[in-house]
Amino acid sequence: MKKTGTRGVALSLFAAISTGALAQDGGARDGQYLAATCAACHGTRGQSTGVMPVLAGMDKAAMIAAMQAFKHGLRPGTIMPQLAKGYSDLQIADVAEFFSRQKP
Amino acid sequence: MNRRRFVQWLSASAAVGAVAGCAAPGSATSNGKAGRVVVVGGGYGGATAAKYIKLWNPAIDVVMVEQNPVFISCPLSNRVLAGTMSLQDLTRDYDTLQKYGVTVVQDVAAAVDPARRTVNLKRGQTLNYDRLIVSPGVEFLYAKLPRLNNDAAQQTVLHAWKAGPQTLALRKQLEAMPDGGVYALFVPKAPYRCPPGPYERACQIAWYFKNAKPKSKVLVFDANPEIVSKKGLFGKAFAERYGSIIEYRPNSELTDVDPATNTAKLTFEDVKADVLNVVPPQAAGAIARQAGLVTSNDRWCEVDWRSMESTVQKNIHVLGDATLSAPAMPKSGHMANAHAKVCAAAVVAQLAGQPINDSPMTTNTCYSFISGNEVVHIASVHAFNAEKKTMLAVEGSGGLSPAPSKLEGEYAEAWARNIWADMLA
Repeated sequence: MKKTGTRGVALSLFAAISTGALAQDGGARDGQYLAATCAACHGTRGQSTGVMPVLAGMDKAAMIAAMQAFKHGLRPGTIMPQLAKGYSDLQIADVAEFFSRQKP
Repeated sequence: MNRRRFVQWLSASAAVGAVAGCAAPGSATSNGKAGRVVVVGGGYGGATAAKYIKLWNPAIDVVMVEQNPVFISCPLSNRVLAGTMSLQDLTRDYDTLQKYGVTVVQDVAAAVDPARRTVNLKRGQTLNYDRLIVSPGVEFLYAKLPRLNNDAAQQTVLHAWKAGPQTLALRKQLEAMPDGGVYALFVPKAPYRCPPGPYERACQIAWYFKNAKPKSKVLVFDANPEIVSKKGLFGKAFAERYGSIIEYRPNSELTDVDPATNTAKLTFEDVKADVLNVVPPQAAGAIARQAGLVTSNDRWCEVDWRSMESTVQKNIHVLGDATLSAPAMPKSGHMANAHAKVCAAAVVAQLAGQPINDSPMTTNTCYSFISGNEVVHIASVHAFNAEKKTMLAVEGSGGLSPAPSKLEGEYAEAWARNIWADMLA
């Protein structure tokens, strides 16, 4: 009984540590690399020099909403409706998370 | 696993992590530190790779070798021919890369020794690398046009397909041409650098003629069976805006040029013009061939799209126009910038002994000027497909402009300022 209890604690601890590590490493890394695909037009880390919107520091929910609206044809545009269709919902969320953490 | 063994396992993992983190024994670096990357070529691919490696791991030593003292953009350079932009507008300094810690060496990479991991420079310096990034752009295959295969002829019959002195020289030829003169542009078989570029050039020069010398003609002799990119949009512009100026001829491959008489030789006819502008057939830049990276059709370099690493030379990555393009992937500055980021991410991981991202993505946007200020675009998104081991366009994404617009003209200029800053500033 005692033995099983210890194992249970150990496994939950392990699970907590590994998910935490993955979320931090994997999440941050994916967001950073995916967000780099936006940088050619929107500036390094979203710091656009003008005309294209600055994405650095943009609210995560607002960015997800904008991208989803482009993706589903609810927001007009030239390039963005075409590019947004290339990203999954999860990828859009990762990118939005990354930009929300950048200094504008 | 009991608590004691779990704790041991945790410490062991931590130790492994630490070792991999500083990339010590058996890992990718030769000096036991974060590693050294040499980048050959400071264009859209090379400069972006150099900057992003430093952004993502400042401890890595990055040296970029570029033969020119400044960067001059090919994208937008057709506007110099139209007279709406200057070459200065397209020029940027490399100095700004220093703030990221990139060492810029102005020299020519003469030879790569993949076994010893060295690059010999023309002036005699030898650079060691843990990973080499080759972003050499294209070289012109003048041997396929025998009488153009010498310097003197190439000073008269211009390509202007690498922005710089040739761009200015072609503008001068166009300015000197009398009203009623003929400008003839020759497009090589695809693939070549910048698929929509020749047709944008035809529009830009026709726009200039329409305003400055309206009796003049633009003849486009295309080795391809049809317009290679943005066919509908360019076809409409040729017919409707420039119908009295542009004449487009598909399936018209250039075989040779006589510079003495300004005569172009096609398979079935000779063409005389006041200004001949020959975009020559192309292959990966010379250093790629010397380094043994050319694997396809004696012209292009095949890569692993997850890392941009050569399929035949370990520790050497190839970017941009020099690669054998994936399906529907253009040879463009924007795409080279995207290649560079995939490569930078992989190099940072590889030097740290970590796994590379196995699902990279790239995007592309190419703007083309139809008139002085109206623009059309083509855009695409590409993702790595593990089954086919290549980058494929994401289904349902991408597209074209419905028609030329001034709004996209503003976007095109802003795109240029942003991508130049993304690679250099």
